[in-house]
Amino acid sequence: MCLAVPGRVLGVEERDGTRMATVDFGGVVKEVCLEYLPDLQVGEYAVVHVGFALQRLDEESARRTLELFENLGMLQEEFGDPWEQAARTGQTEEAERAGRAAPAGGDDERAGEVRR
Amino acid sequence: MKYIDEFQDPQLAARLLDDIRSAVTRPWALMEVCGGQTHTIIRHGIDQLLPDEVELIHGPGCPVCVTPLEVIDKALEIASRPEVVFCSFGDMLRVPGTGRDLFQVRGEGGDVRVVYSPLDALRIAEENPDRQVVFFGIGFETTAPPNAMTVYQARRRGIRNFSLLVSHVRVPPAIEAIMQSPDCRVQGFLAAGHVCSVMGTEEYPALADRFRVPIVVTGFEPLDILEGVRRTVRQLERGEHLVDNAYPRAVRPEGNPAARAMLDDVFETTDRAWRGIGVIPDSGWRLSARYREYDAEHRFQVGGITTREPAACRSGEVLQGLLKPHECEAFGTACTPRTPLGATMVSSEGACAAYYLYRRLDLPARSGAGAPTLEGSSVV
Repeated sequence: MCLAVPGRVLGVEERDGTRMATVDFGGVVKEVCLEYLPDLQVGEYAVVHVGFALQRLDEESARRTLELFENLGMLQEEFGDPWEQAARTGQTEEAERAGRAAPAGGDDERAGEVRR
Repeated sequence: MKYIDEFQDPQLAARLLDDIRSAVTRPWALMEVCGGQTHTIIRHGIDQLLPDEVELIHGPGCPVCVTPLEVIDKALEIASRPEVVFCSFGDMLRVPGTGRDLFQVRGEGGDVRVVYSPLDALRIAEENPDRQVVFFGIGFETTAPPNAMTVYQARRRGIRNFSLLVSHVRVPPAIEAIMQSPDCRVQGFLAAGHVCSVMGTEEYPALADRFRVPIVVTGFEPLDILEGVRRTVRQLERGEHLVDNAYPRAVRPEGNPAARAMLDDVFETTDRAWRGIGVIPDSGWRLSARYREYDAEHRFQVGGITTREPAACRSGEVLQGLLKPHECEAFGTACTPRTPLGATMVSSEGACAAYYLYRRLDLPARSGAGAPTLEGSSVV
């Protein structure tokens, strides 16, 4: 849950007296609060945690991190359907308990499946 | 076992590993206090790529894991009430309280909702003025500012049907408690990068001095971790104990001043129990007097709920590096992510759960009392 994801500011606006932005995380767009980085501008990157921009990032390092997170399936973990993920954690383990062995050499995919 | 070619820049990873190998002359025990780092270390097998002399101890850095069972029980009690909309991050759904979890409460008719941001919970409160909307505010210094801002906004905008169930924790008092433990084996710390993005590095020099341990602010990606380990080992070999920042792209010495000011306004420090460890003085935040009416514990009168941790769980020893997850008798049998006995099996960022997810198929089968000892266990 401490995952903080780099995102790029697409637009900035005041809403209910609060500075908000639309932010792109490698294709997933979310509303993000800018109150802690009020001078963040459109086109800039920031580390975003649970909908809040916490620290500025330079473009190159932000892009590299996003690419890595995408490859590892971590964007899906952060922005996917949490109910489905929680349900799957239970189901996968129950399947294992029923005696279905994990596929040989499939450790990583399997681990990914548990977490997704 | 993972391979170095899975790193984003395998050549750089190889160079960092070479540098660590050439620097190290004796055993060192390093602790990371960040669940994200623990997850990365196990997922990428970083501990197995490092030379045998360098041992990584997975400290109490997973906020989901260290949230006391008692707080979970309070959450379940509040979430079960018909007038309540209980909002939480997804990580908390499967964390078991005494007998059930939020996932089951929802199945029994409780209005449990998962939100991406605490501000989403505030919006739900605004749209449902006849319901009581509660947000489950757990986490370290990284997550506390978003929750603080949400309570501040609720008060500023007069949204009175919103409250926060608070169980925030702070890293520096945990480092202090770990170093004061008589069994402490830790000789250097990787400090959590995003905690320092908020708080900066000012709290750490006094700790590094007092306990003569290097503290290196470290990021979350595999290469970040190798760099943090490299800098810590270099200091240890030179006999230094300094605070160093190996994650400057997201950490400035002063942190985020606006976020720190908000924390000072909304929260005050308090003693806090850590699941698997016990009470650590001044290690938590609760709402300050000015915001007390937004405290869900007060609003729903759940202060009387007290719960004891299961005795079978040895997570306290795991968190101090006295026991590796798979050396515990219950690992993978009585204790799994679905039926965790304690802190470190609770979330995928906990050491036991990370071992279970990524390593259980590689681990040698346990043979009764002859539990395998890992290479680092002879380190004093």
